[in-house]
Amino acid sequence: MEQSSHIKVKDLNVYYGQNHVLKNINIEIPNNQITAIIGPSGCGKTTLLKCFNRLIESVDGVRVTGEVLVGGENIYDPKAEVTHIRKKMGLLSQRPFPLPMSIYDNIAYGPKIHGERNKKELDRIVEHYLKEASLWEEVKDRLKTPAGSLSIGQQQRLCLARGLAVEPDIILGDEPTSALDPQSSRHIEQKFIELKEKYSIVFVTHILRQAKRIADYLIFIHMGEIIECGPTKEILENPKEKKTQDYVLGIIS
Amino acid sequence: MIFNRVLKDKIAGKTMLFLTILACSSLLLIFAGLIFKSLPVIEKSSFSELLFSSKWHPLKGEFGMLPFISSTLWVTGVSIIIAVPLCILSAIYLSEYAHKRILQLIFPIIDILAGIPSVIFGVWGLILIVPIFGYSILSGGIVLAVMIVPVVIHVMIEVIKTVPSELRDASLSLGATKWQTIKFVVVKKALPGIIAGIVLGLSRAFGETMAVLMVVGNVVKIPHSVMDAGYPLPALIANNYGEMMSIPMYDSALMLSALILFIIIVVFNVFSRLILIRIERNVGYNS
Amino acid sequence: MDKRKIEESIFKVLMIISAITIIVSLGLILGSILYKGLPSLSWEMISQTPKGGYYLGKEGGILNAIVGSVLLAFGATILAAIISFPIVIFINVYNRQNRWLANIIRLTFDILWGIPSIVYGAFGFTIMIFFGIKTSLLAGIVIVSLVVLPVIARAIDEVIKMIPQGLFDASYALGATRLETSLKVIARQASPGILTALLIAFGRAIGDAAAVLFTAGYTDYIPTSIFQSVATLPLAIFFQLGTPFPEVQARGYASALILTLVILVISIVARLLTRKYKKFKI
Repeated sequence: MEQSSHIKVKDLNVYYGQNHVLKNINIEIPNNQITAIIGPSGCGKTTLLKCFNRLIESVDGVRVTGEVLVGGENIYDPKAEVTHIRKKMGLLSQRPFPLPMSIYDNIAYGPKIHGERNKKELDRIVEHYLKEASLWEEVKDRLKTPAGSLSIGQQQRLCLARGLAVEPDIILGDEPTSALDPQSSRHIEQKFIELKEKYSIVFVTHILRQAKRIADYLIFIHMGEIIECGPTKEILENPKEKKTQDYVLGIIS
Repeated sequence: MIFNRVLKDKIAGKTMLFLTILACSSLLLIFAGLIFKSLPVIEKSSFSELLFSSKWHPLKGEFGMLPFISSTLWVTGVSIIIAVPLCILSAIYLSEYAHKRILQLIFPIIDILAGIPSVIFGVWGLILIVPIFGYSILSGGIVLAVMIVPVVIHVMIEVIKTVPSELRDASLSLGATKWQTIKFVVVKKALPGIIAGIVLGLSRAFGETMAVLMVVGNVVKIPHSVMDAGYPLPALIANNYGEMMSIPMYDSALMLSALILFIIIVVFNVFSRLILIRIERNVGYNS
Repeated sequence: MDKRKIEESIFKVLMIISAITIIVSLGLILGSILYKGLPSLSWEMISQTPKGGYYLGKEGGILNAIVGSVLLAFGATILAAIISFPIVIFINVYNRQNRWLANIIRLTFDILWGIPSIVYGAFGFTIMIFFGIKTSLLAGIVIVSLVVLPVIARAIDEVIKMIPQGLFDASYALGATRLETSLKVIARQASPGILTALLIAFGRAIGDAAAVLFTAGYTDYIPTSIFQSVATLPLAIFFQLGTPFPEVQARGYASALILTLVILVISIVARLLTRKYKKFKI
């Protein structure tokens, strides 16, 4: 790993009111790999993910200290421009949330917001990214229909295409398959493996087997602290910490 | 003993059913009563004469209601033009930008405003608005606007709250600013509910009586500007009900105006309630 | 990049102005009523009935209207509650499975809620003429109870709707009938909410003018039976302001102040109750 990490976290602490939910997080996310954040529910996995694109700030009464460096720039710097940071990261949420507009407009939304007005170029972007998310063949005849009419699995791929269309470097996933049927889940997992050539992928999951299947790198969080992180194989086969062992064996859940 | 209890339970059930039917049928009962009472005047003069003539001479048996209908439309229109932008902007501010504590402070104030009786708004209009704008459509519209704001804003805030936060996150994570997210996603998603809120306010404005009556001037003529005096339908009913029995057909004409109000308001209410029910149900499914 | 920031700032300013306008208008209403009403507010106003020539500026007060309004609002609220409680129980307990019917009933009440009180008043008056009934406290109570019925029914419904199924099951499991469950478990669980609903309805009833205009009548005396006409505060305000005499108008403002204070107290108590209720909700 010669080049510097896209995401580097230094002494990150997050408080919800009096609750200290993330404690002294220090971590580097490897480039062009799939990183899975695992841990029991309520341990702060999603909070950590949301810190990466500052969506954490829309939670009421939250306080964040420390640094998150994305491409060398501290995104919590008071001078940092938040929309420009978020553009670098695509987000897949637990359940797909298509925007209340057509399939076409869902993909075109991001590029339009960032100033793309050329109709031809927008058409190209929409087609390109729908293909990238393997959705084009299924929807090419009904691009103008509301996105809500797609199946849940299709919606999640639409959300993936929507995220890719703003040309991010990183894809964030917050349990992106938890609402999907097994086949759609596999579809997304397969997509992740293909996409890691071009993007760094970070996703939260509570399914250990899923992490084992597709992740190259694991971060194990428990009670707001990083217990252990490292290549998937190492962590799963040879955990150093007692808590990691317990989790892997299914004692903590 | 057991039979007694079960019997009681059953009798109570039947009583409740009866009361429910009775209460719900009061809607039909009022409708039927109004139709029945307004039939004589409808039979005597044609609909077009009643609705589109401005000749209002009860003593001569002429009941052209255009001045009252157009006054009602004017006053309602003015109030909506004033209230809607205020409501949309404040509702967005309170639900998207303002700190939770500000919302908790302002929400009770809005509710208190909603509980203030019509007459008090009228008195306020007399003290503060009439000295500036005279007894006019504009005064009536301003007073009405303040009266419907709490209703409309309440619905809007509730509706905006139902927009899932993940949808905002989705837009924000694409690099949209907060304002772009609100404009293109939140407002768009909440639009049916926002419209329902406006229609609900519209129907409230339509039927509002005392406050408008006190500031609008009550002159029987078709208003041509907002500074003209007007005479809306509810005010017509309120002002003349006492003496209606002495003039033939007068009561029937007044009942017809009540019927017009009734029909418009029921249609508006059904429309907006159905939208709101659908929104509520969708939220139920989502969570 | 800059343009969208500017647009956001402009709208943010507009939004804040709108929110402030709304707050200020409430302040203006209370302020102007207080300013105009306070000077003429006296003990005499609230402790005496109008004496001869009161409406020309002579001595007296509006005790008749205060007593009349309280009686009328109280009666209407109780009557509406007696009718609406069984209906709400029917929707939520007896007919719990039939969501469709419940929604139709709810929709009907929402529509009834929207019907302006002048229509209720006019309709009531017609019925009264048909049966040859004179304006009276009783007639006023009946018509105003129709006006507040949907308010109470929907407010209680909202509270009882939220009661978890588990509470019903627990009571049924003990062998209670639906009626016993409703009266002993559900009513108790919902009692703070019911009280709030009653207060809201009382506030609505005491402030209503259009429905009582032709049904309750107006009199300078305190009624001794429910078949006599009664004065009401909103009408007292309306009539006093309608006279050409400044002294009487001033007392009209004072009456408006009294009504406003009554409503404010009711609103605030109702809100405090709701807050307390929320704290103890399961």
